[in-house]
Amino acid sequence: MGFDFEVIRTSLPYLFLEGMRLTVTLTVLAMTGGIVFGTLLAMMRLGPMRWLSALAGGYVNLMRSVPLLLVIFWFFFLVPYIGAWITRSDQPVHVGAFVSALVTFIMFEAAYYCEIMRAGIQSIPRGQVWSGYALGLDYWQTMGRIVLPQAFRNMLPVLLTQTIILFQDTSLVYVISATDFLGAAAKIANRDYRLVEMYTFAAVVYFVISYGLSTLVKSLQNRIAIR
Amino acid sequence: MHYNWHWQVLLEMEPGGTGSYLQYLLVGLLWTLATALAAWLIALAVGAVVGTLRTTTMTWAVRLGNLYVEIFRNVPLIVQMFLWFFVVPELLPTALGDWIKQMPPPWGSYVPAVLCLGIFTSVRVAEQVRAGINSLPRGQRFAGTASGLTEAQTYRYVILPQAFRIILPPLTSEFMNIIKNSSVALTIGLLELTGRARAMQEFSFRVFEAFTAATVIYLLTNLVVVLGMRALENKVRVPGLIAAANSANAAPMAGH
Repeated sequence: MGFDFEVIRTSLPYLFLEGMRLTVTLTVLAMTGGIVFGTLLAMMRLGPMRWLSALAGGYVNLMRSVPLLLVIFWFFFLVPYIGAWITRSDQPVHVGAFVSALVTFIMFEAAYYCEIMRAGIQSIPRGQVWSGYALGLDYWQTMGRIVLPQAFRNMLPVLLTQTIILFQDTSLVYVISATDFLGAAAKIANRDYRLVEMYTFAAVVYFVISYGLSTLVKSLQNRIAIR
Repeated sequence: MHYNWHWQVLLEMEPGGTGSYLQYLLVGLLWTLATALAAWLIALAVGAVVGTLRTTTMTWAVRLGNLYVEIFRNVPLIVQMFLWFFVVPELLPTALGDWIKQMPPPWGSYVPAVLCLGIFTSVRVAEQVRAGINSLPRGQRFAGTASGLTEAQTYRYVILPQAFRIILPPLTSEFMNIIKNSSVALTIGLLELTGRARAMQEFSFRVFEAFTAATVIYLLTNLVVVLGMRALENKVRVPGLIAAANSANAAPMAGH
């Protein structure tokens, strides 16, 4: 049995317009949500309120101690209950695999983005905060206009590298039968019994995108490095 | 909205009849550890060689090492799992491929899972080894050459003994990663801890009891690993080299 390129060619529209579109949407939304929530967690961890910082620290350590797959399963069953709690319904609310996966990745990746942003905030000299206060800015103004923009800039390469990992991790939504890029490839593979072709092709596509993005990050890193 | 907890389910018999659900999950933990430990041996051996080669003066070895690292770092773990499980047996000679495909469960999943996880993690170990070697002062290498050692001898007696002791803390976190990552083996049918929690949920319909139990078992496992590795780190620490260890570790790394 030779390598069948035809099955790849005919399934390209499905693989990219359905599968890859979901992968990219999930990655972009989870990155945005994860960085926002992660930055809030980092501010809580570094803040003066001890119980808040313990709470955030506990959350981050919990997320970092369990496998992502287990977290995906957790939220797949938990999100319907959270939905019922928000809408005050007495039945679990039906949510699709996409919403469930999005919530999972925001909550999970936030723990990793938090650690990156925490290092970023700690890299800013304290004098910057004091001068903010001396100018009469309040906490949110000092954070939003002085500390966070610099922390974000310093940490940009690491944040983007984490996002490449997030892009690869989204392939795990396979286990809740979402049709991301890998899910689409798996469906064709099993339908036409072309596992070798489809999984090899999936590996090549993931490699090209991840390698391309990491090369971009590396050149960005060299450009913004402080010399 | 209310969820009725029913913790007694952990003591009830699982449908396979091998024991209670709690025992069923604990056997899963044994499979998780058996997978992680075997893969860790591969990761350490291959990672040490590849990481070291990338710091030598042999251009071809550096290129080959870089290629290896880029390939296995840029493909998602679950896709690599599928390649080892579905694709590799097809590419081998027919007799060997069939023999692999006919391995009885759980070995038919265990062997590809160990190979996959070992190679995947070896790339991360290689990065740590390289960073550890590069964090040593260059004078160490010059001193080796000045003493009349060959490049191989300099590595064997001067550089590697120091580098390995320096990178122990980052290797600890890689070891915790390999335990967590072994859960991906459930996608090729290995019933390790996460896979068994999922199966328990399907058999008993006790969703949150199953996942809470698995979460607690993972947390306890982490605790044991952290305490054990901390004891080991204290034992092998290079006196006076705390600063070097910190600088190898200082830059926050993206990862899991």
